Amino acid sequence: MTAQHAIEVDRVSKRYRLGQYQSTGSLGEAAAAGLHRLRHRRRPEEIWSLRDVSFSVEEGRALGIIGRNGAGKSTLLKILGRITEPTAGVARTRGRVAALLEVGTGFHGELTGRENLFLNGAILGMSRRAMALRFDEIVSFAGVERFIDTPVKRYSSGMYLRLAFSIAAHIEPDILVVDEVLAVGDAEFQAKCVGRMHIAEREGRTVVFVSHNLDAVMQLCTEAIWLERGAVTAVGSTESVVDAYVATATSEDRGSSPLVHSEDVTLHGVRLVDESGQTTRSLRRDRSFSIEVRYTIHEKVPALDMSVLVFNSAGTRVLDEAWSDTNGSRPDRPGTYTVRVSVPPALNVGDYRVGIWAGTAYEMLLFEPAAASFRLEGSTKGRPERAVALFLPWQVVDEQARSSAVDADTGRGPDQPNDHVDPRDDADTPNGPGVARQSRGSR
Amino acid sequence: MPVSGSTAGWIENRPRSGLLRLDVRELWAYRELAGFMALRDIKVRYKQAVLGIGWAVFQPLAGVLVFTIVFRRLAAIESDGLPYPVFVFVGLVVWNYTSGAVTKATQSLVSNASLVTKVYFPRLLIPLAGVLPGLLDLAVSLPVLVVLCALYDVRPGLAVLTLPLWIAAAILVAFAAGLLLSALNVRYRDVNQAITLLLQLWLFLSPVAYPTSAVPAAWQPLYAVNPMSAVIEGFRWCLLGGPAPGPWSLVSATVTLVLLGTALTYFQRTERRFADVI
Repeated sequence: MTAQHAIEVDRVSKRYRLGQYQSTGSLGEAAAAGLHRLRHRRRPEEIWSLRDVSFSVEEGRALGIIGRNGAGKSTLLKILGRITEPTAGVARTRGRVAALLEVGTGFHGELTGRENLFLNGAILGMSRRAMALRFDEIVSFAGVERFIDTPVKRYSSGMYLRLAFSIAAHIEPDILVVDEVLAVGDAEFQAKCVGRMHIAEREGRTVVFVSHNLDAVMQLCTEAIWLERGAVTAVGSTESVVDAYVATATSEDRGSSPLVHSEDVTLHGVRLVDESGQTTRSLRRDRSFSIEVRYTIHEKVPALDMSVLVFNSAGTRVLDEAWSDTNGSRPDRPGTYTVRVSVPPALNVGDYRVGIWAGTAYEMLLFEPAAASFRLEGSTKGRPERAVALFLPWQVVDEQARSSAVDADTGRGPDQPNDHVDPRDDADTPNGPGVARQSRGSR
Repeated sequence: MPVSGSTAGWIENRPRSGLLRLDVRELWAYRELAGFMALRDIKVRYKQAVLGIGWAVFQPLAGVLVFTIVFRRLAAIESDGLPYPVFVFVGLVVWNYTSGAVTKATQSLVSNASLVTKVYFPRLLIPLAGVLPGLLDLAVSLPVLVVLCALYDVRPGLAVLTLPLWIAAAILVAFAAGLLLSALNVRYRDVNQAITLLLQLWLFLSPVAYPTSAVPAAWQPLYAVNPMSAVIEGFRWCLLGGPAPGPWSLVSATVTLVLLGTALTYFQRTERRFADVI
């Protein structure tokens, strides 16, 4: 065995039994299931969540796991974290493993922040003493000093989340297994999370990170695995795996197979349509274009919302347009819909990726970070780095030519404004605004 | 540091074969967690309760009143020559602990489902933590018993020194039953419904309101199959100077150990699939 591996996964498979006779479980149902099986001589429906998955992670490396909903990512994490056992194969880990499948597991609303801190620490395998040593650091990282002796049921959701994450971030395991923790919280908080995981990696911890957020995976991980239907489709450097992943998501020959599927909503596909109505993946940057989404609602979802996200090649989320941003009525009844979002010419030349989010104010129903890709063609005017190119009009609103002694329009001498400079509000110098307002509309 | 602390060795997760394997070292490493969970339950129970821990005193006393009226005044039940209120107080306090602990342990895995599906730690700790909070009530009722004994002029003998033994026996019985039922409850929620009925029957089959001596001699061996018969008799013997537990107590002890063995085996066999079926 290679000594420097921290994780070894050897032909791991995991089977779940599906079907109404197996899911909830009660004596009556077990009896009914037995009868059912006798009568129909059929085994309950089985699903292989993982099939012959093998890989290893070297100590101190960060591995990203990507894949669509239901690809088996969570199951794999649960096996790494020993929360469930594989049906076949073996997963070996070396050192202390902390699996963060959510933050704040075991928090109790009636208990104070302090009490929850120690309880949560114990749940994550930290002794009371170890938590006491880190207490101040955890509390100040979370910024909840004043409320540490208040029951957490009185916390705002932000405070609750910050405390929970702060605890998780300070448990210092040898192997950190993280699932989608970053899906919650605002951008600032997410950045904090990624930063904290960077620290963990730098400290020599092994990190396994599952996320829908391809950019976070690229930022954090040097290696990645792509899971598809329970099997490893690609392993290698994060860049190559993510590229391969994005490429299949956007290849045109998907046929009728849906992109992502959830209980309530299925996303069939996303097309890019240019001004003349042609489907294309190559568009002109100086023309508007439409993103067309085809999806099916299976069950009525009140207030179903959808968002179209556009990421540039640097991974920056340049657009995140939710349907609910505007007031139009949105379909929520069962049916198949094709909807379009029109994008004005604003983005710079480059390669883009389209993501689709669907859900309500309370839950995410589906998220596909790589539903389509396209390229905007045209001139960058020599500046390819900018995200947005609007070619905004410029105009002269005040001119104080050296040659003329007195400005004809204002009747003031050239030195006058300088005498008047007020450092506190130089944006609104007394002589400027009137002129500016007058001349703004003139071009 | 917890989690099998062995940095050098591999921790394996593979399909488990049937044999009983109890990782005592790991349980010990996680011992604080059981304490924290028990503490959480105690704190939560008495939050926003005006009487607070006073309930631990009030409940058995109210029970004593009812039992004394019903069983002593109306049914004229014997009590081994001990004053009935003191006699039944001990029975009630021990029974309340056991039934409360069994109920709590039975529901423990399901009510901590979010932990079971999200974090790894020895699952055994959850039902174990379930039998601990009741000990506080037991401890609180002891001073009340001292007062009652003084009032009725009951003096325990040297046997009082065996009290820890009987407390341990009560914990063991509650833990064995709770452990088995909690694992069953993960799979079959019927257990949660059946537990009320089961405990009612168990109460009447235990010497809470009546002494073991009231059971016909021919039935004594069968009666002793109920571990609580020996436990409650033991408590009365050590605290009130009642009759010493007879040889049939060995039957109770054996039953308890068999139950514990069964429970541990079943629990271990099913524990790693809890997260899948809970």
